[in-house]
Amino acid sequence: MYHKTTGYRVFSYFNYAFMILAGLACFLPLLHLLAQSLSSKAAISGNMVSFWPVGFNVDAYVKTFNNSNFNGAMLTSITRTVLGTTISMFILTCAGYALSKEFRGRNVLMWFFIFTMLFSGGLIPSYILITALGLKDTIWALVLPGAFGAYNLILLVNFFKTIPKALEEAAFIDGASFFVILSKIYLPLSLPGIATVSLFIMVGHWNSWFDGILYMSDASKYPLASFLQTVVVQSNMQSMAMSQSEVAAMSEQSIKAAQIFVSTLPIILVYPFLQRYFVKGIVLGAVKE
Amino acid sequence: MYVLCIPAFVFVCIFSYGPMVGLLMAFQDYKPWLGITGSRWIGLDNFERIFQYKEATQAIVNTLIIAVSKIIVGIIVPIVMAILLSEIRNMGIKKSVQTLVYLPHFLSWVTVAGLMIDILGLDGGINHILTRIFGNDPIYFLGNPDLFRFTVVISDVWKSFGFGMIVYLATIAGINPSYYEAAEIDGATRRQQIRYVTLPSMLPMIIVISTLSLGNILDAGFDQVFNLYNPLVYSTGDIIDTYVYRSSLLNGQYGFGTAVGLFKSGISLILIVVSYRLAYKYANYKIF
Repeated sequence: MYHKTTGYRVFSYFNYAFMILAGLACFLPLLHLLAQSLSSKAAISGNMVSFWPVGFNVDAYVKTFNNSNFNGAMLTSITRTVLGTTISMFILTCAGYALSKEFRGRNVLMWFFIFTMLFSGGLIPSYILITALGLKDTIWALVLPGAFGAYNLILLVNFFKTIPKALEEAAFIDGASFFVILSKIYLPLSLPGIATVSLFIMVGHWNSWFDGILYMSDASKYPLASFLQTVVVQSNMQSMAMSQSEVAAMSEQSIKAAQIFVSTLPIILVYPFLQRYFVKGIVLGAVKE
Repeated sequence: MYVLCIPAFVFVCIFSYGPMVGLLMAFQDYKPWLGITGSRWIGLDNFERIFQYKEATQAIVNTLIIAVSKIIVGIIVPIVMAILLSEIRNMGIKKSVQTLVYLPHFLSWVTVAGLMIDILGLDGGINHILTRIFGNDPIYFLGNPDLFRFTVVISDVWKSFGFGMIVYLATIAGINPSYYEAAEIDGATRRQQIRYVTLPSMLPMIIVISTLSLGNILDAGFDQVFNLYNPLVYSTGDIIDTYVYRSSLLNGQYGFGTAVGLFKSGISLILIVVSYRLAYKYANYKIF
């Protein structure tokens, strides 16, 4: 079917090499991180570690898991992710199911929701609102403000719309309630969509760092990503204004690497299983022709 | 139906429309202890200040430059990569490459910044390679104002190109194979097939994505810049969002910060509406 010309064959070899390189480029930095986390301090400062641990040891992981701040932050992140995803999915599936039907005022309501995607109060008004509601320093400040996302709603609405009406009508005649229709017909049939949106929300909660820094006045209440932000990024900014001895006293590179790696691990582990869903989910939910 | 929408409605009213009331602060000399009702009204003074403060105008210029470069590179790279990847026939390699290139999208900017700081540092991996090959002095990518924007754009492409490819790959997969067969019979080479079959078939999708990205022209990526920048590169790296954060929450100019934020949201809103109109007109795209 394809022209087996020399030119195409040469292109093909280059293409294979290039694509494999591109794939590796997305993955090697993480491998480098893993290698660092398992290497000895001397090997890292001597710049000897690339993608394989030098002076193998797991001290960094022992120290990471003995760090009560790290564990506390991990717990906050897990709580937040579970709580946040549950609440969001409840709100979104209810509204998404309703809005996939035609009813009076549906378009007005839809635009009311979509408008939040186009325009927002911004940083300071949101901050003042959260403070005024007394949510500051509680986990609710991390969970509630982002619970509703218009983009995810659109994905779900588009998904629910692809399910044939006849199924619902048949179930209705058989005496099924709305709740039964939603849970027995819509949810299973739109699993790719549900999985995609849940994955986005979960990853969003797990990775979100700024709200933690903004709404938690005490660093011990930070979720994992905010904790890492202070350890990894802020310490780097400070190190530029520090003397050598101060830099040496800061957290070692191997510990930083271990902390980053542990925090990334859930994503790396969950993602291959959900990948087949999200590709389908995005394409079906976003592309309509 | 209405009952099912109540939870969403309540949340939106409180957490999305609630802060919009706070936008009134943009027209005030806001003092936290006086609140919105007690603070002094100063009309458009805060907005005039945006153009008087050198730092603020600089932040707007930086935002535009960074965002526009990101949009251009962020559209071209995924298209090219999708076409190249679709030329790969070995399904095992194709799937593995796909899995790997999607991955960075799911990493937090904190994580990526951690990686970047390490890899782009003076004794990091990239400098290691560059000094080997070119024998130059190590380059400090994150501390050099001239290189900072470049670094921001490249790291953004690294993180997002795989994910951006998804819709293009789906479009290519949806092209009717008989087009290729017909082109083949007419004697088209593989390159001509890409040019006359693949690209035209992708065009509607490319138009949709390009027009929609117009709305992001004032969004240079707070998460990324905040985690990568430092005082050394404020001159070229400070964007509207990071400037709002520093001038308002750190320096207490709430009214002014809100005004800058409102300025940005207002222009973005107009741009987004325009871009949706264009996408609808030229590619018949509808959001729902």
